[in-house]
Amino acid sequence: MDILYLLIQNTYISMTVLLVVALGGLLAERSGVTNIALEGIMILGAFLGVWAIHGLEMYPYTLMTRFVILVIAAIWVLFVIFLINFGLLKLGIKRYGLSGLKLKQREKMVYILINGVLTVLVAVLMQQTLLKEPLPKQVILIMGIMTGGVVGGLYAMVHAHASIYMKADQVISATALNLFAPAFAIFTARFIQRGQQIPFSSSFMIPKIPVLSDIPLIGELFFTRVFISFYLALALLLMIWIIVYKSKFGLRLRACGENPHAADSLGINIYKLRFTAVTLSGIFAGMGGVIFVISTSTEFNVTVAGFGFLAIAVLIFGNWRPSGILMAAIFFGFMKTIAASYMTIPFLDNLGLQKEYYELIPFIATLIILAFFSKNSQAPKALGQIYDQGKR
Amino acid sequence: MNKNKKINHVIKKVTSIMIHALYKAYVKIKPSLLAIGLGLFIGLIIMLIFDAGDAFPALGTLLIGGFNGGLRGIGNTLYQAAPIILTGLAVAFAFRTGLFNIGASGQMMMGAYVAIHIGVRFNLPGTFHWIIAFLAGMLAGAIWGLIPGLLKALSNVNEVVASIMMNYIAGNLLIIFIMKYVFNPTYSRSLNILRSAELPLLTSVFPGSTANIGIFIAIIVVVIAHIILHKTTLGFGLRASGFSMPGSKYAGMNTKANIITAMTLSGSFAGMAGAIAFLVVGKNIGTAFEIFPQGFDGISVALLGLGEPIGALFAGLFLANIRMGAFYMQRYSFVPQIIDMIIAVIIYVTAISAALQIIFRRYGKEIKAWRQRRREKKEGQ
Repeated sequence: MDILYLLIQNTYISMTVLLVVALGGLLAERSGVTNIALEGIMILGAFLGVWAIHGLEMYPYTLMTRFVILVIAAIWVLFVIFLINFGLLKLGIKRYGLSGLKLKQREKMVYILINGVLTVLVAVLMQQTLLKEPLPKQVILIMGIMTGGVVGGLYAMVHAHASIYMKADQVISATALNLFAPAFAIFTARFIQRGQQIPFSSSFMIPKIPVLSDIPLIGELFFTRVFISFYLALALLLMIWIIVYKSKFGLRLRACGENPHAADSLGINIYKLRFTAVTLSGIFAGMGGVIFVISTSTEFNVTVAGFGFLAIAVLIFGNWRPSGILMAAIFFGFMKTIAASYMTIPFLDNLGLQKEYYELIPFIATLIILAFFSKNSQAPKALGQIYDQGKR
Repeated sequence: MNKNKKINHVIKKVTSIMIHALYKAYVKIKPSLLAIGLGLFIGLIIMLIFDAGDAFPALGTLLIGGFNGGLRGIGNTLYQAAPIILTGLAVAFAFRTGLFNIGASGQMMMGAYVAIHIGVRFNLPGTFHWIIAFLAGMLAGAIWGLIPGLLKALSNVNEVVASIMMNYIAGNLLIIFIMKYVFNPTYSRSLNILRSAELPLLTSVFPGSTANIGIFIAIIVVVIAHIILHKTTLGFGLRASGFSMPGSKYAGMNTKANIITAMTLSGSFAGMAGAIAFLVVGKNIGTAFEIFPQGFDGISVALLGLGEPIGALFAGLFLANIRMGAFYMQRYSFVPQIIDMIIAVIIYVTAISAALQIIFRRYGKEIKAWRQRRREKKEGQ
C-alpha cells in the first residue's frame, strides 16, 4: 500500500507540470495559434525562475535582491487586484445593467471598501513575509514560479508578435524560440558563474499539512509529501475551465480558433485576442518550467526533459478540453513515474524491461489516438492558419 | 570591322544577361542575406554586452570558420556539412510539398542506428559493406518518414505533431536498441563500426580530419533532388501540392500519394544524413537520451536555402562553417552556444522576412518622400 501511495504522490509531480503547461497550450491552440515553443519557453522561464530562487536563498539580501523581490511582488499584486476589480465591475454590470463607469453611491462604497481591505491585506502579508530574512521557503518558491511566469509571458510575446502581426509561419518562429532558449541559458549562466548548472538548496516539498493530512484516505492522497504547485495547478485548471467555457473572453477565444473571419465580422479584434492568448500560454509554460525543476531536481541544468513537447501530446490526447487534459496528464504522469521507479514495483521489475519502454508508451499512445480518433477530434478548425483580414 | 561590331554586340548582350541573372539571384536570396546579417548583428550585440574587447575578433573567427584550422579544419567542416545539408534537403523537400518535416532528427537517428548496426554486426566484404550499411540507413530513415506521411494522408494528422512524437519514439528506441545489440559497456556507448563499413576517407587531401566522401554523396543527392523536383512530372505534382493542396486535387492529382512520396523521400534523405555522420570509425552514439541537433539545423538550412535543394547545399556549407567557427571561437572568452542563438535569430528573421521587407519598403518610400519634400522646399527658397 505504501508503494501505491508513493506512486500516486510521484505521479502528481509530473502531472502538475504537464497540467500547467498543457493548459497554457490549450489557451494558445484554442485561439488558433500552434505553440510548439512551449519547451523553449519552459526552459527560459525555469532558467530565470530558478535563478531568482537561487538568489533569494542567499542571504543577507543585497539591495538588488530586495528590489527584484519588490518588483515581482508588485507586478503580481497589481495583477491580482486588477483581476478582482475587473470581476467586481463585471458582476455589477451583470446584476444591475449598469455601464461600467456610472456607479451608484452604494456600489462605489463597496468597491472602495473591498479595495481598502485588499490593500491592507497585501500590506500585512508583505510585512509578514517579504521583509523577513531569509524568506519563508514556500514564499521563495512562489516568487520563483512568478518570475518564471513573467519571463515566459514576455518570451511568448516574441512568438506572438511574429506569428500574429508579422504573419510568420507559426511552427518556424516557435522553432527559433526553442533553439534560442537553451543556448541563451547556457551562454549567460556560464558567463556569469562559470558553470551551466544553477543549484538551489531547499527542498520545497511539504511533508505534511498540519490538520488535513490526518484525514484517513484523503489526507494520505492529497496532503502528504506534496508540493504547493499541485494545488496551484488544480486552481489553474478550474480557472481555465471557467475562462474557456463560462466567460465572454473564452467564447471569443473559441470562436477565434474555429472561424476567425466570422468572429472578426462580429467586431472581435482577432490579433489582440490571439496575442493575449499566446502571452497567457507563455506565462503558464514559464511557471511550468520552474515547477518542473523544483520538483524533480536540485539544480537547473538547461533542460526540461521534453516536457514541453509532452505537454503538447497531453493537449492532443485530452482533445483540447480541460477535463480531457486532466485525464491525459494523469495518464502521462503515471507513465513517467513508472518509468522512473519501476524497480520498486516487484511485478514490473520481474518483466525486466528498461525504463525507455515505459517512456515510449505515452508517445505511441498519442500517435494511435491521433491515427484512429482524428475523425472526432475537437481540434480548432483554424489551428495553425495565419490570420489575414484581407483574405476571404 | 563589321565582325568586330558583331562581337562587341554579343559581348554586350551576354554581360547584360549575366548582370540580369545576378540581379535576379540577388533579389531571390535577399531575405536569406537579410536574415544572416541580422542574426550576426544580434550575436555581435550579445557578445559586446558580455565582453566588448573580444567581440570583434571572435566574430571574425566565427565567420572564417573551418578555415581557421587549415586543411584539417576544412576537412572537419566538410564532414559536418554533409549531414546538415542532407537534413536541410529533407526539410526543404517536404517544405515544397507543403509539409513541415520537423522529424528529420528522428529519421536521422533511425538511419544512424541501422547503419551502425550493420557496420558492427554484419561481416561483409570490402566496399560492399559500407554501401549496404548506407542504403539500409537510408531505408530506415525512409520508413521513419513514411509513418507521419501515412498518418497525414490517411487520417489527416498534423505532420508536425506526428513527427515530434516520432522523434521521441526514435530517441527512446535508439537507447533500447543500442543497449541490446551494439553496446560497449566500458564507455556506455555504441561499439565502433568495422573498418570495412567506414565510408572512404579523404585523409590524403585533408590530413588529420574526419572528412569522407559523404560530402560528395550529399552533393549528388542534392542534384538528384533538384532534378526530381524541377524536371520530372512527380516533382511538378509535389510542388503543385505545395502551392495548393485543394487546387492540385481539383486538377486531378493524387495528393495523398504525393504526401506519402514526399515524406518518404524526405525521410530517406535524413536517414542518409545519419548514415554519413556515423559511418566513421570512432563516432559512436551515447546512451543518454538526446534528440540529434542536426535535424533542427536542417530546418534553418532549409529556410536559409529558400526551400531549394541547391540553396540547401550552400546554406548547409555556410552553417557547418560557422559551427566550426564557434569551435575555434572558444579561444576567446565565449561559449560556443552563441552560435545557436545566432541561428535562432536567423530562423526567426527568415520567418518574418516577408513582413520585414514590406516594412522596409514602406520606410524606404517614406524616406524618399521626405527627401523629395525637402528638396522641393530648398528649390522653393
